[in-house]
Amino acid sequence: MIHFVVVGILTLLSTYGLYMFVLTNEILLPIQASEQAIAIDNLFDLHWLLISFFFSLIMVFLVYSIVVFRRRKGDEGAGEHFEGNTTLEIIWTIVPLIIVLFIAFRGSEALADVERRDPNAYEVTVIASQWNWQFEYPDGETSSDLVLPKDTQILLRMYSQDVIHSFWVPEFRVKQDILPGGEEYIRELRITPNELGDFKIRCAELCGQLHYSMLADVSVVTESKFEVWLSEQSDICELDDITCGNKWVEKNGCVACHSLTGEVIVGPSWLGLYGSEVPLDDGTTVTANEEYIRNSILQPASQVHEGFNGNLMPPSFGDTLSAEQIDQIIAFIQSIK
Amino acid sequence: MSFFKSGFMRGLIAQIIGTVLGMGLVVGIRAILGLEAWSSTNLEILEPIIVGGALVGALSFLIGVGVFSDWFKWTKGISTVDHHDPDPEKPSWWRYFSVDFDHKIIGIQYGVTSLIVLGLGGVFALLFRIELSQAGINFLNNGFFDLFFFGDTNPFRHSGGADLYNSFMSLHGMVMIAAILLGVGAMSNYLIPLLIGANDMAFPRLNAFAYWVNVPGAILLVSSLFLGGFDTGWTGYPPLSLRAPLGVQMFMMGVYLVGLSSIFGSINVIVTVIKMRAPGMTMFKMPIFVWAAFATAIIQLTATQLIGLSFQLVMFQRLLGMNFFDSVTGGNPVLFQHLFWFYSHPAVYVFVLPGFGVISELLPVFSRKPLFGYKWIAFSSMGIALVGFFVWAHHMFTSGMTAYLRVPFMYSTLLVAVPTGVKFFSWVGTVWKGKLRFPTPMLFALGAVVVFLVGGVTGPPNGTVATDLHLHDTYWVVGHFHNTIFGGFMFPLFAAIYFWFPKYTGKMYNEFWGKVHFWGMFIGFEIMSLSQMKIGLLGMRRRIADYDPALGIENAQYWITIAGFVVFFAVLIGAINLIQSARKGKIAEGNVWESRSPEWQIPNPAPLINYEKPFHVVGEPYDYGIESDYVDMNPAPLVGE
Repeated sequence: MIHFVVVGILTLLSTYGLYMFVLTNEILLPIQASEQAIAIDNLFDLHWLLISFFFSLIMVFLVYSIVVFRRRKGDEGAGEHFEGNTTLEIIWTIVPLIIVLFIAFRGSEALADVERRDPNAYEVTVIASQWNWQFEYPDGETSSDLVLPKDTQILLRMYSQDVIHSFWVPEFRVKQDILPGGEEYIRELRITPNELGDFKIRCAELCGQLHYSMLADVSVVTESKFEVWLSEQSDICELDDITCGNKWVEKNGCVACHSLTGEVIVGPSWLGLYGSEVPLDDGTTVTANEEYIRNSILQPASQVHEGFNGNLMPPSFGDTLSAEQIDQIIAFIQSIK
Repeated sequence: MSFFKSGFMRGLIAQIIGTVLGMGLVVGIRAILGLEAWSSTNLEILEPIIVGGALVGALSFLIGVGVFSDWFKWTKGISTVDHHDPDPEKPSWWRYFSVDFDHKIIGIQYGVTSLIVLGLGGVFALLFRIELSQAGINFLNNGFFDLFFFGDTNPFRHSGGADLYNSFMSLHGMVMIAAILLGVGAMSNYLIPLLIGANDMAFPRLNAFAYWVNVPGAILLVSSLFLGGFDTGWTGYPPLSLRAPLGVQMFMMGVYLVGLSSIFGSINVIVTVIKMRAPGMTMFKMPIFVWAAFATAIIQLTATQLIGLSFQLVMFQRLLGMNFFDSVTGGNPVLFQHLFWFYSHPAVYVFVLPGFGVISELLPVFSRKPLFGYKWIAFSSMGIALVGFFVWAHHMFTSGMTAYLRVPFMYSTLLVAVPTGVKFFSWVGTVWKGKLRFPTPMLFALGAVVVFLVGGVTGPPNGTVATDLHLHDTYWVVGHFHNTIFGGFMFPLFAAIYFWFPKYTGKMYNEFWGKVHFWGMFIGFEIMSLSQMKIGLLGMRRRIADYDPALGIENAQYWITIAGFVVFFAVLIGAINLIQSARKGKIAEGNVWESRSPEWQIPNPAPLINYEKPFHVVGEPYDYGIESDYVDMNPAPLVGE
């Protein structure tokens, strides 16, 4: 009996110690930056408590047995003979079953909290493609950064242009895969940011070669700053062609694949491209003039630079860019010398 | 040298010839159909040619090695002997490199192949761990890798360090799974007949086939690395796998062959356990490992088809343009995930149940006490196998599947904790008030309990949907998963290898180096996996070639790599110890561990025919501490025998 008393006390001490160690560990999780994170972190706390208890329970029994019941030198005898105990077996089936059902119930509640809908949620469309993020705001403004107003529920409606991606901002906690296939495959995610600050979206579903670098900036700003920012994002540009071209290049994420420095990422670099002789994969060459660049934007798989894969670039820019915007992008490329 | 005439070498040569013939066959078909027959640079044309070559090559290996020989003779009406005795003119190692029907030889073949493939998977892991030890891509883009992976003239070249990272990472996963399935095969095939008093498995030829089909399977898997690799992870989700390099075909075909081995092997286990037990051995008097292997075989027999099917559909879509998974033209990418996980979740119970059996088998021997709650442990294995079929979609909580389904799958997933808990409590009950001894196999068994405990308690946060939304596809899952597999498979595998070492070599291993192996692996592994969980919570995603140093995880990444090397070298020390001890170890005679189990009542190493005279079961398997026997090795004939 004395064994059980000692083990019982040790288990409680160990549980308390472990749980306190976990709770006081300030860098256990990233900062909490959304309403949804509150419900999730509360559930995490319940998990940490149960982990501390069950880990301690088994470990204390095991280590105690190893130390106290080890064979002493010269003792060739057998251990105490008992083959089992049906009452105990039933107890340690039923009690964990009740705990498990309780966790599952709490888990359902937390899920309901995370998914709670605000009918006035602010809608942003998220378009993912290999290895680029695009965000569309209700009045057609587009951006490659996600800027959100604080304390408003955001309804993200997300789709992919190629493979499966996944939207995840660790500070917001929630995650949702993004599927290709159009309307039927649009998936939603609700986030209510409640901390001002700069975070990052990190694609969480393996999406090929540059998956690791598929990041985008997220800023949570005040309502008034948000309105100002939004008005700057419209598709109107009244500056010179090169500056406007630069804006479209940034907004469409072209530089994720085409460097301006000569470095080869997955597409040809634009440094010194304009006017150069480009070797194609069919063995011919072509001069990189306006006509060639326009064709490469509209039909990326047609005149493919030798050594590159023409199928990696989405063929949809003809639909999303105006003829004037393409001209301005060409002017910008021309300026990269 | 006679080695070059062994079945293995004949198989390899046949595979090379078969591959060339298969490629020729596809070229011929293309020519007849009026398609462009051949190109050395256009991968769209090369892909069906190489896949055809690989398929015929794998079949040719099996014909060349000789697993079909007896069956071919039967179709021609020629009868063969039931058991082929070893050829006295051949050296003793010959049998291990050729087709042999003895379950002990096949068990060793599985085991050695498993360790070799395990080492290979470990090397892949070290290569990408070096890359991750610092932020930035600065190792796998090294000129050192040009020869095989980057050369300008190589049509299958990788396009950079990140691409090569993806291939090593993906292949690490699948190669390790193949190694684990081989290890499970080693334990089942070597141990089951010895433990139940049979002289062989029920279907010896099917058994040999099930082993040998793994060899071309493993060759194809690794060949993927040199055919462009694949950047899909071991999960191979479309549409990514539809766009991946040619290597993905070799990967999927390799998995297909290894899967065939699982299916055929499990039929053999089930029939052997049901039909071939010694007189008096009722189901509840079987050694507990047999229960675990039986539950494992049921899962393998009924679930493996689904991963084979899902990969086959991807292969068909790539080769023949049949659209199953491309949503733009009517397929469904999420469907693949359901098919895939319907096998791949139960598969983790295939990996860990035999290990649980080994733990339950060893703890009573080294505690000198009965196994606590035998029936409960046996039922919990069956319970885990059954519940394991209803939890697959917990891998898909963020996938965009039907949203309400997440709740029932959360309940079923958490239910697995109940039978798993029963095992833990029973193990604790087994060592409680024993007289514990700590030779190497016992250290590995206890280490397995601790490591699996870490894996077990870190599971429920993945099981509740809300917390999984944060944890899914992070290093938390990587750490959790590796704890379950090291605790459920790796540690028990080594426990089994050391425990039965005298039985298959007749020698004793070196205890000192065995303990070095254990402590290196145990400490190295926990530093590695606990750090993985920590950085996962902070935002480290799975399967990324490089990470954001702003997450503050660079220091931990460095230590994970160091700890990974410690694990690798500990296993290497273990392997050297096993080889040296098998050659020069002390002779180990008789019942080394004072076990009640029947295989320890016969000489070491186990003779060609296990039991010249069948034993009778007259007692309980784990009644340590009372004067009785489990088996009567010299029984009086039963009435009617």
